[in-house]
Amino acid sequence: MSRSRVASRLRAGFAAIVVAVFAGLSPALARAGEVHVAVAANFAEAAREIAALFGTVTGHGAILSFGSTGQLYTQISQAAPFEVFLAADRVRPRMAIEQGLAVAGSQVTYATGRIVLFSSDAELVKGEATLREGRFTKLAIANPATAPYGAAAVETMRALGVHDALRDRLVQGTNIAQTYQFVATGNAELGFVALSQVAGHDRGSRWNVPFRLYDPIAQDAVLLRRGAENPAAVAFMAFLQGVEARAVKQKYGYGAGN
Amino acid sequence: MLDLAEIWPPIRLTLELATVTTVVLLVVGTPIAWWLARSTARWKEVVAAVVALPLVLPPTVLGFYLLVALGPHGPGGWIAGLFGGRSLAFTFEGLVIGSVLYSMPFVVQPIRNAFAAIGDRPLEVAATLRATPWDTFWSVAVPLARPGFVTGAVLGFAHTVGEFGVVLMIGGNIPGETKVLSVAIYDYVETLQWTQAHILAAGMLVFAFAVILATMLLEKRIARPRP
Repeated sequence: MSRSRVASRLRAGFAAIVVAVFAGLSPALARAGEVHVAVAANFAEAAREIAALFGTVTGHGAILSFGSTGQLYTQISQAAPFEVFLAADRVRPRMAIEQGLAVAGSQVTYATGRIVLFSSDAELVKGEATLREGRFTKLAIANPATAPYGAAAVETMRALGVHDALRDRLVQGTNIAQTYQFVATGNAELGFVALSQVAGHDRGSRWNVPFRLYDPIAQDAVLLRRGAENPAAVAFMAFLQGVEARAVKQKYGYGAGN
Repeated sequence: MLDLAEIWPPIRLTLELATVTTVVLLVVGTPIAWWLARSTARWKEVVAAVVALPLVLPPTVLGFYLLVALGPHGPGGWIAGLFGGRSLAFTFEGLVIGSVLYSMPFVVQPIRNAFAAIGDRPLEVAATLRATPWDTFWSVAVPLARPGFVTGAVLGFAHTVGEFGVVLMIGGNIPGETKVLSVAIYDYVETLQWTQAHILAAGMLVFAFAVILATMLLEKRIARPRP
């Protein structure tokens, strides 16, 4: 018997055992579907609410994993068990389709995100002048190489012509959630965070960065190949664009998708 | 393909961090190890357990506490204020504090064991020869415990080089200041720059192997009775 046939038999045997164990342990799983969703960190809060609504309405469970868009894409390219990918840009979902990791034609824009210059200090942020004057020691951004919100922050600073002056004061979070945490703990006086992260409260001081300084962050979702045959995954993609999800997105300050 | 100017700063920074951390740990860890080895206090094992905590705790626990403690509302912020800063997070000094705590058991434990292995006898002999406790410590205890110091220093250095979680949480990924080798590798992997990731990761692998092998050979050689 060839080595690959041995391997495939082993794999089939292993899969059968896994299925048997799960079927025996949790009969609940057999009834409702389940979908594993990779979510860009900026959308974490909204995704949690949408997942809860999704469960109530459809009976399916959505299991969410968070990270920066770039991180998640790297994991997906290495066969991470995700079925739906909610990115914070258009590039990675398109790449996923091109690489055969996602279902062609499934790419949709589910939200449009905005960045906010935010500080826990109620007096600090007063519009773009705050960046020009530079009366602070640390400015937090998300890693622009992996997080679209970080890239938008760099774009904004470039547009204002302050990027070179501020370069030495930048600290990077691995994703927008860590960036917000740096600012919320006060370790960085201010930072570029997602509007969704500060939409729920009015603490601190903030400046909604106008769209003339950066391109609105179009966030695309894509159905991954692993989820193509999973009704729960297909249902989640549809639910994401439905009325209930739209209300949640609005609450967190996202613009509607398409 | 590979830009040396790009990968050298994290390597240099990592070596600097590990060197400073090891020196601080030898200075801070030696009295602790001595006390743990010699004290008869009942609660000394409580202190030993505290020192050993980082062996068991996930780096995220230490990273979380450090982030709060180093920040403007913690003692770190107060200390930073003395030097005109506002937080020790995102600074080289902050990383040293984190690394010292995180690598402490790797330095204290071998030195403590070495001190304990000396036993009472040589110290009593020194005392009967009218050596002061200070003199006894430097002329008798430290030379006899040398293998422990070597092992502790090597392990402390290597463990700091291999640190990742704590640095990721309190570092802020600043090139030349807090972007150490492990974080640089993480960045390369996450951005699919796998050529660079492979080179640095292979380097770390060789380094780790060499350190472990060296420690083992060293211990074997030291353990052999001297002629």
